[in-house]
Amino acid sequence: MKETLQELKKKIAKRKFYNKIFAFIGFISTTVGIILLAVLFIDLAIDGAQRISYKFFTSFPSRFPEEAGILSAWVGTCLVMIVTAAAAVPLGVGAGIYLEEYAKKNWFTNLIEININNLAGVPSIIYGLLALGLFVYFFNFGESVLTGGLALALLILPIVIMATREAIRAIPNSMREAAYALGATKWQTVKDHIIPYSIGGILTGIIIGMSRAIGETAPIITVGALTFIAFLPPSPIEPEFPFLNFKWLMAPFTVMPIQMFNWVSRPQQAFHLNAAAAGIVLLVMTLLMNALAIYIRYKFRKKIKW
Amino acid sequence: MSTKTKQFNEIIKAEAKNLNFYYGDFHALKGLDFKVSEKKVTALIGPSGCGKTTFLRCFNRMHDLYPNNRYEGEILMYPDEINIVGDNIDPIEVRMRISMVFQKPNPFPKTIYENVAYGLRVRGIRGKDIIDERVEKSLRGAALWDEVKDRLHEHAFNMSGGQQQRLCIARALATDPEILLFDEPTSALDPIATSKVEELIVELKKVLTILIVTHNMQQAARISDYTAFMYVGELVEFGDTDTIFTAPTQKLTEEYITGRFG
Repeated sequence: MKETLQELKKKIAKRKFYNKIFAFIGFISTTVGIILLAVLFIDLAIDGAQRISYKFFTSFPSRFPEEAGILSAWVGTCLVMIVTAAAAVPLGVGAGIYLEEYAKKNWFTNLIEININNLAGVPSIIYGLLALGLFVYFFNFGESVLTGGLALALLILPIVIMATREAIRAIPNSMREAAYALGATKWQTVKDHIIPYSIGGILTGIIIGMSRAIGETAPIITVGALTFIAFLPPSPIEPEFPFLNFKWLMAPFTVMPIQMFNWVSRPQQAFHLNAAAAGIVLLVMTLLMNALAIYIRYKFRKKIKW
Repeated sequence: MSTKTKQFNEIIKAEAKNLNFYYGDFHALKGLDFKVSEKKVTALIGPSGCGKTTFLRCFNRMHDLYPNNRYEGEILMYPDEINIVGDNIDPIEVRMRISMVFQKPNPFPKTIYENVAYGLRVRGIRGKDIIDERVEKSLRGAALWDEVKDRLHEHAFNMSGGQQQRLCIARALATDPEILLFDEPTSALDPIATSKVEELIVELKKVLTILIVTHNMQQAARISDYTAFMYVGELVEFGDTDTIFTAPTQKLTEEYITGRFG
């Protein structure tokens, strides 16, 4: 029995109707997400924009909301990030390269791999507790920039390791074979080929890790960052030889999210505006880092195509 | 010259003696005995999975890059008679004397110049003059110099597939290898690029020994002096190319070259 053209058209219309329903649901889901984010950001901007000024960046926190600023917070965040990067980048990239290029593939390296993946999902406060026990009490680093930076480095280490491994895995085996066939050693292959060809992916991973670290509060509170700091750590750069100074590593500190947390928890409305303003600054810092990551990825993808 | 280092009255460059190779538990090469004449082209033919590429890759120890691979027996390289698959021989030493050109052109994502220079840099050769000279010589050797002499510092990926493959040949030549291995070097190329690479191989045998794996029997007939036919990990027949293609002694060889299987 052959269906008539009429029936066929009816069936097509029905199928197209289902298609439209899904398109509609998808559209609503996307819109809800975007609108919520936009509202959040606009609300933050409306509250905070009035407080953002040059003085906001150059003032210490204060009892008077109009005079309070984020100088100690943003300087603290930058210093902590330097420590985090200095610790997480060599350790993470080194471990990633070792696991991917050098380590034999056996049950033990598989176990390590699984556990690195698990570590990436461990709640950040756990890293805070680890850092408290290890760096504050055991190594006696105190409640310092060094401790905060190392705590965050632990937190993002799995992210950096995984990003490094992903990036290295994307390099076709034919490149390794070409290098080895010319008589290169493993290290020559790694330094002349593996690292240069995966550097885009590795940098992207590092920045994504860093932009996660910059907003973390829990581990920083756990290791005992202060909430009210009206002085800066000693400057890392000196006018006299040897020009560098590492006393800042041991200085007490605060960071942006803690400063925000401190302001939000006060009863006065005016402090809440400060928190919103600091929120904008933190958000912009994060967005800039993500933009940089996207730019780097784009640039290296364009340069190297397999 | 003693008789053991001769075959068909020619000097032999390398010789497999009872060579066995295993991928884990899989016995891929079964007791191969095989001689490679110096400054000749020797072709390895056979159906897919017969082990010809596996055999070729033994010559520069490519199998060492992957776990659970195992060699047994020996491949001797003359004149010094080192066993290139021996445990006591450093694969890097072997690869510095025996170069390889792969199936798919695999230039590094670097400039044309840096691609050719890489083998020299690996050896710690620094002087710009020496490297310039060797790069030019290798590119001339690979019949590529005239096409690229004005754009040596361009990215190698901007070249055509055929040019990329000749670049890979130049890269392999730069380090003055004694043996050059080709693993189906033209299977990813169009007919014109293929004929250029074939001419090049014939030209190159004046200076070095060539071992080539090919799927293309006309190619083996055109460019090789000797041909070995392999089947499921064994060497079925070996002889000079004319004899193999016109009067094979084994039935299996005949069936393969007449296209009845494979």
